[in-house]
Amino acid sequence: MKKIGKQTYNIKDDVVIRDTFTVVGTKEGEGPLKNNFDLIVDDLWGEDSWEKSERKFQKTAIETLLNKNRLQKDDIDLLISGDLLNQIVSSSFAARDIGLPYIGIYGACSTMALSMGVGSLLIDGGFASNVICATSSHFCSAEKQYRLPLEMGGQRPMSSQWTVTGSGAVWLSNTGKGPKIKNVTFGKILDLGVTDANNMGAAMAPAAHDTLKQNMLDTKIDYDLIVTGDLGIVGKSIVNRMFHDENMSIEKKYDDCGTIIFDIEKQDVHAGGSGCGCSAVVFGSFLYKKLLNKEIKKLLFTSTGALHSPTVSLQGDSIPGIAHCIGIEG
Amino acid sequence: MKYNKESYKKVIDEYTPKNKIVKNCFMAFIFGGAICTLGEIIKNIFVSGFDVPKDDAGVMASVVLVGLSALLTGFGVYDDLGKIAGAGTIVPITGFANSVVSPALEYKKEGLVLGTAANIFKLAGPVLVYGYLSAFIVGLLSLIFK
Repeated sequence: MKKIGKQTYNIKDDVVIRDTFTVVGTKEGEGPLKNNFDLIVDDLWGEDSWEKSERKFQKTAIETLLNKNRLQKDDIDLLISGDLLNQIVSSSFAARDIGLPYIGIYGACSTMALSMGVGSLLIDGGFASNVICATSSHFCSAEKQYRLPLEMGGQRPMSSQWTVTGSGAVWLSNTGKGPKIKNVTFGKILDLGVTDANNMGAAMAPAAHDTLKQNMLDTKIDYDLIVTGDLGIVGKSIVNRMFHDENMSIEKKYDDCGTIIFDIEKQDVHAGGSGCGCSAVVFGSFLYKKLLNKEIKKLLFTSTGALHSPTVSLQGDSIPGIAHCIGIEG
Repeated sequence: MKYNKESYKKVIDEYTPKNKIVKNCFMAFIFGGAICTLGEIIKNIFVSGFDVPKDDAGVMASVVLVGLSALLTGFGVYDDLGKIAGAGTIVPITGFANSVVSPALEYKKEGLVLGTAANIFKLAGPVLVYGYLSAFIVGLLSLIFK
């Protein structure tokens, strides 16, 4: 049995994160991580709709990752990807053009860790040797689907977050050198009744706390850095508070991709970044480089998802939260 | 998990940044007032410059404001103004124009019929429906009690 503790899968054989590729939009490219991203482009990128642009982000991230490593289609067993749009169209259309065997997944903004988790288990189980995991999100296509038209003049509440425009792709392999995935914890859905679609951090924080805690209890690893996906300043504070309440304070070694990717004050992003792309591009650039440089030896990477549907929200339902963790050793 | 829905609400309130109500009200007053003043200026120009009767000039001023707002929405300026002005740019008639033009632009790619036309009243629809409904009720009441 490779399962340890209650919820964690121990990866015994090598699952190496061989390489990554990240592409982001203009605003992300002006943020504090601008020197870490592989490619910065304008948000529409020559396409005639936001949806087509997002698809191009994801397709480019995956194709460039393959090309720069001289990988042929036959070298890759599986592509696992997802995004925020209905019917995960960005992923399925990118996969259509790329032509790899494809599993489309939906975990809202938890998709990056979810895809890497599923990929790791398949490799460790001997079902695949090389897997590409990818996600994307786009501020404009997400606003259109989940919120209000872009040109509508109004004020966003201070707790609202800014969907990251970008895509990250990761190559997992059972051979080679690089940081290794050591464990995977898939989280439970937690829902403490948050109905405010402008406070996603608060909706996701209980799930993030639960999965993080479960991973630490199951693995007993003392991580150098713990990162969540897109809780923003509100969710991050709540997670710190929850651990503090249980005398397990993680504050000194904990950060959130949503607060790393933007300069919260200068870039006017209110509570921080969000979206599938947020944890994907922060991991694929900034965090991966730190792992390669051995600045971080043990990283607990977590993507957090608010499983929000505008339709059921209008019917009075709340926003369930989920989080998945990947334990990585550099 | 030691929190339930009630106790978690208190935690959320503690960590959620408050909206800057005083600043927002002030900006709404300035911008809303400026738009209304502009409307008055346009109306006076129609009355004194073009000899338009006062009632007609009011309607024409509204038309000009709606046109201006639609234009600024199209140029991508109105949402930037709205970010600063808040209710100041939503409440006047220019806000109504913005709420019609912005979905029309947003859904342009889905086609003129099923995109723009089908979604153009996505935001303004409720205002129209309940506006007509209350007008109908008021009309009915005035007919009965006249």
